[in-house]
Amino acid sequence: MEYGLDKRSNALKTFNTTFIIIWLLIACFPFIWTFWGSFKVRADFFSRADWWYAISAFNTLLETGGQFTSKAYSEAWSEGEFWKASRNTIIVTVFVVSISLFLGTLGAYALSRSTERYAFWILIAALIFRAMPHITLVSGYLFPFFELQIWGILPTTIVVLVAINQPFTLWLLYSFFKTVPKELDESALIDGCSYFQAFRYIIMPVMWPGVITAGLFSLMLAYNDFTVTALLLNQENHTMVPKIQSYLGTNQHEGNLMWAVSAVVSATAPLFMLVMFFQRQVISGLTTGAVKG
Amino acid sequence: MPNKTFFWFFLPTGLAMILFIGLPIISTGIQSFYAQHDQVVKEVKKCDPFGCTVSIVVDQEATSILRDEKPLGKFNGFGTYIDRNHLAIEQISDFWKETDSFGEFINQVTNLPFYKALLFTLTYCLFVTPNVLLLGFIIALSLNAISRKIRGPLIFGTILPMIVTPLVGSLVLFWMIDAEGIIGANLQLMMEDPYLSLKSSRTLTWITIIIYGIWHHSPFAFVVFYAALQTVPQEPVEAAIIDGASRYQRIRHIVLPHIYPVVTFVALISLMDNFRVFEPIIGFSAEGSAQSLSWLIYDNLVNEEVILFGSAAATSMMTIIGIAILLAPVLIRTWKEFRTAR
Repeated sequence: MEYGLDKRSNALKTFNTTFIIIWLLIACFPFIWTFWGSFKVRADFFSRADWWYAISAFNTLLETGGQFTSKAYSEAWSEGEFWKASRNTIIVTVFVVSISLFLGTLGAYALSRSTERYAFWILIAALIFRAMPHITLVSGYLFPFFELQIWGILPTTIVVLVAINQPFTLWLLYSFFKTVPKELDESALIDGCSYFQAFRYIIMPVMWPGVITAGLFSLMLAYNDFTVTALLLNQENHTMVPKIQSYLGTNQHEGNLMWAVSAVVSATAPLFMLVMFFQRQVISGLTTGAVKG
Repeated sequence: MPNKTFFWFFLPTGLAMILFIGLPIISTGIQSFYAQHDQVVKEVKKCDPFGCTVSIVVDQEATSILRDEKPLGKFNGFGTYIDRNHLAIEQISDFWKETDSFGEFINQVTNLPFYKALLFTLTYCLFVTPNVLLLGFIIALSLNAISRKIRGPLIFGTILPMIVTPLVGSLVLFWMIDAEGIIGANLQLMMEDPYLSLKSSRTLTWITIIIYGIWHHSPFAFVVFYAALQTVPQEPVEAAIIDGASRYQRIRHIVLPHIYPVVTFVALISLMDNFRVFEPIIGFSAEGSAQSLSWLIYDNLVNEEVILFGSAAATSMMTIIGIAILLAPVLIRTWKEFRTAR
């Protein structure tokens, strides 16, 4: 926003710049630091003696002979079976995103074109479902899933994540389809198309911007989920986030902290890349509904 | 759209939501009225040359048969809701009679697991939500004043804390703040207290988790406010400048009223998310001094010996009631708007 008349004093400009720099440091430094530290040995990154070791790499030099070591990565990926966790994450993410987009576009399109009263109530119900803490839902799943013996496997988790994701996807795509002019598909209907044909040939070609945004959010939910994956998957099928938690160790067994550090970096890097490419879509997704109010 | 077409379009997503969000809530409700079986005990007579002794042992076989027959457990009514780990009606009335001062009473009550968790959850919401709104708004204002050319990367840096999962976000901070991390170690040096650490005090743990919450949620508030700021009309702002309004007055009387609906939206979403605070407690390994409602449920569900379905379900139901109370004003407002719109 450039105000033509608005003259900022130099003091204000300096203050503003300083504030932004400080904030960016707070927001980004933890990630940079973790990335840096993941190439050190534990005695350096979690140093009891002197925190400066994390920079001077005192113990890393002693143990490995170099300033940096990728030992933590190679160990976590092979011995720690992080490859398996990332494979599971990829499976879960791909399926959750495609299924929830398929269900979501159909449902949201119907909602956006319906003038009936129940459409409003469905949206409200979706809002209430969106507010449910995931852990309360999980406490409802566990018992029936044990009884049906479908606990611990990937398909169950995929279906659950799709369902949990639906309310948000519906709202997002609903507000997107509202911006697609009604006349477009109405004219197709007049020409003798069925609703399904209108959706297939008229709406589908123009819906991709909205679908990409919704897909990104489904992806972030599936990729980032901890509550559902930690409790509904067995050890063998764990995805990345529960895997990271298992590296932390418990009272019973000691974990391997450096594995956790390298796993955190490995899990976060692809996400950051993705958001870098799709920043515009992420931001537009967060603001639809909000700004139009 | 005709009802029939609507039905077929909406069926898949509706089914998914009913089966995996609606039914689980009902299932939680049913489970909350049951409690796990007591172990079946039997008397065993053991005789040796010196005489016979009768000891009571757990009958493993009978217990497992009972568990297989009625896996849901025994019917407990509202028993789980009022036991010591939940509403603790009995304990509270005892405290009321026994304690002398009101402060002591409150102290005793907040030591009960459920109230302890409720207190933390509410404190967390109460401190995080307003600060998120404030910080998000300030960042939005201040980024909005920066040259458009370099805004892109700055926005990317700003939203990083939001896009990582809370567990990872809290771990990344924890590794810095812990006694062996860069910030923790430097704080020890500055305070000249070699034993200063996150785990050493309850207050410190709470403050850390709250700071984490603000760090994690502010970017969301920022993004929404930033987008809203782009829609503020220029004419009133320019008119205000000509009339000699100060920067503060312009924000207070023009910008804020314009983005007010967005503020309520952000406040609501952020309140809902904060109410389910859970992962940071695991990330900061703060179970000792900070427990939230969601964490209580998780703890019941990962119990080593027997999964406490009933207990977890009772806490879940009360959490859902809490959410309902939080959402009620919004729902009522939406309903009124909907009615007037018709």
